[in-house]
Amino acid sequence: MIRSEILRDIAPILRDQLVVCNIGLPSQELHMIDDQPTNFYMLGTMGLSSSIGLGLALAQPKTVISIDGDGSVLTNLGTLPTIANNVADNFILLIIDNGSYGSTGDQPTYAGKKTSLSKVAIACGCENVVECRDVDTGKVLQAAIDSKKMTVIVCKCDSGNINLPVITLDPVVIRHRFMEAVKA
Amino acid sequence: MSIDKRIVDDFVANGVSFITTVPCKQLAGVIEEVEARDEIFHIPANKEDEGMGLCAGAFMGGKRAAIIMQNTAIGVTINTLATLTQFYRLPLPMLISYRGELREPVSCQVEMAVHTKALLAQLNIPTYHFHWQKDVEEFDNILKYTFMCNKPVAILTDANFWGGYGDQ
Repeated sequence: MIRSEILRDIAPILRDQLVVCNIGLPSQELHMIDDQPTNFYMLGTMGLSSSIGLGLALAQPKTVISIDGDGSVLTNLGTLPTIANNVADNFILLIIDNGSYGSTGDQPTYAGKKTSLSKVAIACGCENVVECRDVDTGKVLQAAIDSKKMTVIVCKCDSGNINLPVITLDPVVIRHRFMEAVKA
Repeated sequence: MSIDKRIVDDFVANGVSFITTVPCKQLAGVIEEVEARDEIFHIPANKEDEGMGLCAGAFMGGKRAAIIMQNTAIGVTINTLATLTQFYRLPLPMLISYRGELREPVSCQVEMAVHTKALLAQLNIPTYHFHWQKDVEEFDNILKYTFMCNKPVAILTDANFWGGYGDQ
């Protein structure tokens, strides 16, 4: 499965949660598949989905899912020790690991070579780390939500993209409706 | 009252309850004070752009957030300031140790100091420079201004303000 197929698969689970979605194609795909006010689309700032999600989870009680990519986690690798040492049991980091920089033309990442992000997360001190196959993502994600334990999921999948439009929503509109959904 | 306590009192009085820090020797006292306060959740960051992401999330979760860092971080965070903090109109007080200014003992720090105000000006970030201890009296107003206008705001605090780098 490629990332857009996984997002389509887990959209019914994401719909009821606060979601911080990574820059580029992941946000565009989620926006097209199932736009919700509970989705915060990152239009810029590669690497900070997990940081924004952790800050949000620490600030309020609802479950927060950060959808990240292997390339984005590699660019902000310092996020994993911060997550490990500031446990928020309402936080799930879902790393869709397709071993490539999808939004920029599928150049390979080191996560697709010798580097294991799940082992890095464990070494950083994250206590609940699950590496899963693409087809099991929904089941693993639902189990993480139900566990009410902070969880890092590394979903190994195929690289590949679909053609779709950019998000034209104004960032202030995205932020405002998201904050209203957080408060609701 | 110590300058560190005064600054953190002003944070608390303005409802700031989430502070991320990347340390600097000049900021050691204020970071210690942040850590000691029950009213504030203190979360050290490994890099300042990560810290700004944490602050963005905390603000959207209903908490007023701030970052404490060194001016070298301006070089690290320009993209984050432009495409996250400014693009989504998020308020962010940035209490910044202004290394490389008067009474600085480390020559390399001057290399970023000479760019600091120019970079902040290029980003249209409101910038205040605390040089004398009495300048701290403006801090409360700066915090109110930041949360009024939903912008990142820089408070540069040099070695003279902290009582001299070498004296600490």
